[in-house]
Amino acid sequence: MIEIPHSSRRSVLTGGVTTLSAAGLVALLGGSLPAEARQSNRPGQDVQLLNAALALEHEGIAAYQIAAESGLLSADILKVGIAFQSHHKTHRDDLATAIRRLGGQAAASKSTAEYAAALGVSALKTQNDVLKLALGLERGAANAYLGLIPSLEATEFHLLSARIAGDEAFHAAILGNVLNEPIPQTAPIFG
Amino acid sequence: MRVLVLGMGMVIGGALLAGSAAPRGNAARGGDLYRTKCGACHSLDNNRVGPAHRGVVGRRSGTAPGFRYSRALSSSNIVWTPANLDRWLTAPTLMVPGTAMGFRLASPQDRADVIAYLQQNGSAR
Ligand code: HEC
Repeated sequence: MIEIPHSSRRSVLTGGVTTLSAAGLVALLGGSLPAEARQSNRPGQDVQLLNAALALEHEGIAAYQIAAESGLLSADILKVGIAFQSHHKTHRDDLATAIRRLGGQAAASKSTAEYAAALGVSALKTQNDVLKLALGLERGAANAYLGLIPSLEATEFHLLSARIAGDEAFHAAILGNVLNEPIPQTAPIFG
Repeated sequence: MRVLVLGMGMVIGGALLAGSAAPRGNAARGGDLYRTKCGACHSLDNNRVGPAHRGVVGRRSGTAPGFRYSRALSSSNIVWTPANLDRWLTAPTLMVPGTAMGFRLASPQDRADVIAYLQQNGSAR
């Protein structure tokens, strides 16, 4: 059972249920809303940031879908792409669950055509082109999740962000290897 | 001799500026950083997770055509000067609470380089 801070208890008593934020409601109901999020004046901040991360996952899932349907990938590479896409679907689901638990609304995916246009997919002619696009996205995503951590308020989302960063870094390493990219000679490689 | 004097001046000037002003940016290095650090969410010419960036230096916040900003950023009314971009990239949620961008670029030199790159990509294509 979570101890509700005095301030929100008072606001419940004086302001009534109508002024209770969705986050406060989750806390009252005994949901495992982290203390940092409850104490914040801005319960929406983590929701905003997690939704941007969710948008990133939607784009990643679409990118692998477009790649899979491009006819440019060999059977072996296609298998790798499908596995990576399934990881991104798990990230999507984990982020959406966290957003809803905070009382937020999980951002919906755009259309595949919109992602294709924004990613410049029409310029991809070979398997290597596809792999390079995927590598850029995965490397960027690993860095993005690491750079997001200090802005997230709740400790459990620090962990979520770090965990997803690890998966993206794994993807980037595999793709770099397939592309015969040299191993980075200096660390840290990400972040 | 002239060169030497000039060089000394730059060293002294640099020392005086250190700690108060942002370091000088290297746009070429900034381009690499932009791709690896910002590239998951941004590109110069397309709205993605974040808004398109071409011409962002000097632009008013929340005004990239067709991008759906958070309420916090669209009502923030910031002009993206290099100094404001430096503050933003240091900690966007502290500058504009409620924004959807949380990514922080911790190194002052990295920030200066990325800002120099954005400045270089100022005009419409
Ligand atoms: C995790 C995704 C993500 C990453 C990584 C990211 N951004 Fe953003 N950025 C966003 C989002 C989302 C917005 C819109 C924020 C809002 O609406 O509150 C944004 C907004 C901005 C804006 C404001 C633009 C405007 O039109 O007002 C600037 C400038 C910016 N980002 C620069 C950068 C730079 C430079 C980097 C890399 C050092 C970076 N961002 C990395 C997601 C990201």
